Amino acid sequence: MSALEHLTDEGRQKLPPRPTAQEIVVTGTNWPGSEFDDDPMIINMGPQHPSTHGVLRLMCELEGETVTRVKPIIGYLHTGMEKTGEELTFVQGATNVTRMDYASCLFNEVAFCSAAEALLDIELPPRARWIRMLMMELNRISSHLLSLATGGMDIGGLSAMIFGFREREYLLRFFEKVTGLRFNHNFFRVGGSAADLPDGWQEDVDKLLTDIPKGMDDLDQLLTENPIWLERMVGVGMIDKELAVNLGASGLVLRSTGVDWDLRRDMPYLDYDQVEFDVISATNGDCYDRFRIRMAEIYESLRIVKQCLENMPDGDYRVQDRKVTPPPRARIDESMEALIHHFKLFTEGFKIPAGQVYTAVESPRGELGCMMVSDGGSKPVRMHMRTPSFYNLQSLEPMMVGGMIADAVAVISGIDPVMGDVDR
Amino acid sequence: MSEETIEEIAPVPADHDQLIAEFSRALGDDLLSIQSNQGDVVARVRPEAWVKAAQVARDELDLEYLSFISVVDWMPAPIPPGTSDSDTSTPTQPSEMTYGVGGGETRFQIFASLQTTMPGRPSSLIVKADLDSEHPLIATWSALYPGADWHEREAMDMYGVTFADHPNPRKIYLPAEFEGHPLRKDFPLLAREVKPWPGLVDVEPMPGAGADD
Repeated sequence: MSALEHLTDEGRQKLPPRPTAQEIVVTGTNWPGSEFDDDPMIINMGPQHPSTHGVLRLMCELEGETVTRVKPIIGYLHTGMEKTGEELTFVQGATNVTRMDYASCLFNEVAFCSAAEALLDIELPPRARWIRMLMMELNRISSHLLSLATGGMDIGGLSAMIFGFREREYLLRFFEKVTGLRFNHNFFRVGGSAADLPDGWQEDVDKLLTDIPKGMDDLDQLLTENPIWLERMVGVGMIDKELAVNLGASGLVLRSTGVDWDLRRDMPYLDYDQVEFDVISATNGDCYDRFRIRMAEIYESLRIVKQCLENMPDGDYRVQDRKVTPPPRARIDESMEALIHHFKLFTEGFKIPAGQVYTAVESPRGELGCMMVSDGGSKPVRMHMRTPSFYNLQSLEPMMVGGMIADAVAVISGIDPVMGDVDR
Repeated sequence: MSEETIEEIAPVPADHDQLIAEFSRALGDDLLSIQSNQGDVVARVRPEAWVKAAQVARDELDLEYLSFISVVDWMPAPIPPGTSDSDTSTPTQPSEMTYGVGGGETRFQIFASLQTTMPGRPSSLIVKADLDSEHPLIATWSALYPGADWHEREAMDMYGVTFADHPNPRKIYLPAEFEGHPLRKDFPLLAREVKPWPGLVDVEPMPGAGADD
């Protein structure tokens, strides 16, 4: 009878006694032969990597787990939107630019349209301006929620993703009701917006104003004082004020370093000088500050949305200038003049006086500007979009160098680049 | 930050006259034209004084924030094939070279927008300079504004502008083997050459009309 049979013959078996704790010794020496291996290691991250928020590729040079050099490689999503924009009339242009920063589409449209409007020298009716502000602030909330959700997921907080996406869904449903689309709305046109707000929008916005703070409380309780979250965020991805300004960083990245700079307040556009809100800034310049600013900005945006709801003026939602605005559908059936205008607007477009203008809006990522150059035709000669993610991404290298490779994803989600915005 | 400090730094209207006077005095003969335009000040400087303009703007005018650098190709856009003069449905564009604010002499111009992030002085200055039509070449700003690095590499890719002494003159957007400079006006947008914009030609044949219509 062997030893095994003896153990199992009663339908049970016992494991042999295990070594006592003293016997397990972790020596922690290097692998054999590795004492002379001082070469830095090059690690390639992306372009298809879930935590790079698209197709960002990073070449990281590591010494152990410390990052010594980073080289962001971009261009994988380059679609030549500036070139395409030169081929499209001003009527068609908003459809093109809305696809740049796909997480905050409405800001692209506003930057483009306000550049064209400045060259045309037309002033929007009050309701059109307030519709823009209302929709942009809701879009800012949805963009920040997306950033918090994916940022939480990047460093392992999966519940953050569920909370963030849940509230964002309410906003996207509202966008769908207003614009017809969840993304890439093409809602703002030169001279106003494509449509008026739908009936009952007040109730919808009112519901959003109660629902979103509830969801924010969940995120706040889950993340703000969570020790793991603090461990991963505090002191990670530091950048100082001078360098951030020199590198042309804008938006949250700049405000987290202590520069109190927000275009909504400092270069007011639309009617932002008539609403009350605070500009949030911090002084440490790390990922945790960027997270906290993002949380606080959602509440500030809610404040603006509330004021838009209360003060929304009546009147036209687009300028009544028949050279710019297409006639209503009903007029086309009865008026030859309206038919001609409609045909001309949608084929040839309208001509914009020669000139050059730069208009900027504060997008969730920073200064989103449009430099529009017109030679008097119906297409722009040059449409340069100053997209914030592209220039914020330049500050990735100083943020990451000296840190751990595991913090790379936290730094990226702190900057929150949208690759459509980087590559255009 | 307390409530009071935020109240103190409410925006004041941009004082363009002061900016124009200071910039003109500092640059002297190197300044070709300067004027207020659509909320910005647009200054055209001699290409040789491109770096000097940056130095003056950064050190004397405190415009420490580089918003963007970009290039404009003033050549008129080529007329797309298949469009005739009698076709009124296509957009008409001017066919001679026109220059924007401040004028120009050559085909390419480089633009740089500078701002200050100091509250209370939110004026922005757009500096521009002519670039040679055949071999556009200009000095780099990356020693003064480190952020200029990527902006200039973008201009290199898209317009073929050479930046002297650029620390990292490699392609940023385009693949290394790519030939040509896509944003130049003579670089065809092939997608539109192969298939014209559908919105321009979507006149469907009437039902029952012959195929030869």
